Amino acid sequence: MPSLANPTRFLDLAGRLIPWLAALTAILFAVGLYLSFFVAPPDYQQGETVRIMFVHVPAAWLAMFGYTLIAIASLGTLIWRHPLADVAAKAAAPIGATFTLVALVTGSLWGKPMWGTYWVWDARLTSMLVLFLLYLGLIALWQAIEELGRAGRAAAILGLVGAINIPIIKFSVDWWNTLHQPASIVRLGGPTIDSSMLGALAVMAVTFTLLFVLLHVMAMRAEILRRRVRAMQQMQVEHAALAET
Amino acid sequence: MPDLGPHAAFILAAYGFTFAAVAALAFFIVADDRKQRQLLADLEAKGIRRRSANTAGASKPARGRKP
Repeated sequence: MPSLANPTRFLDLAGRLIPWLAALTAILFAVGLYLSFFVAPPDYQQGETVRIMFVHVPAAWLAMFGYTLIAIASLGTLIWRHPLADVAAKAAAPIGATFTLVALVTGSLWGKPMWGTYWVWDARLTSMLVLFLLYLGLIALWQAIEELGRAGRAAAILGLVGAINIPIIKFSVDWWNTLHQPASIVRLGGPTIDSSMLGALAVMAVTFTLLFVLLHVMAMRAEILRRRVRAMQQMQVEHAALAET
Repeated sequence: MPDLGPHAAFILAAYGFTFAAVAALAFFIVADDRKQRQLLADLEAKGIRRRSANTAGASKPARGRKP
């Protein structure tokens, strides 16, 4: 692992991983869509709208996974000052924000026909909205502070403080009365979803996870290159100044 | 495509938004990656090298890093 945490080795590994990840994600996406639309049956209560679950639930999981990744990377930045830790955190923020937005929008589109409303200020929906705002805050913080070290430390503090929202999202449906249904997959006593739907959901969850990893590796590579470009541009300016004197 | 019933518009909108959002994100990440590669190639073509590349093998490596 320590050798992979070297930026140059990471770039080398990313170059070899990306084509395989992209191919595997595309194949699983096709399989997942087939299972979601042609194999999984309609729900006895929710009818065909249950098919929204196959994109909504994996997006919501990845939204929380992304922030957990940022919180762990933030520890790497603050404690070990590892050069890849804040690269990983910075690269994960827009991806996590996108998956959170997908979870919010698809949840709204599922809520209207089932609950009769697009939005309600219940604990699960509100805590997911807070997660989206935290992601936007992290992106804004990275843009606002020019010096990379300071930006990384400030974002790491926000990343760690905001991590308190993750258990709140997870347990919101148990701690408060919510319109959102309680946990039906990751729960003590096993999933309550029928196995005919669980297969499609599992394939879509693996697909979304691979998609997240693929986009994250690509975004990390771009960020490492951006830092190299920035360092080289500074050297170019220094050389020009020396040549003038 | 199976008959999606009276709520077909909601189902298709959910999938459509998911694809659009993920495609937009992937487009920006790929475009950024290509832009940084191009900038790096331009700088290297001008003979600019990173300090670590210039000193590789000549100086003692930092603690915990590969040379």
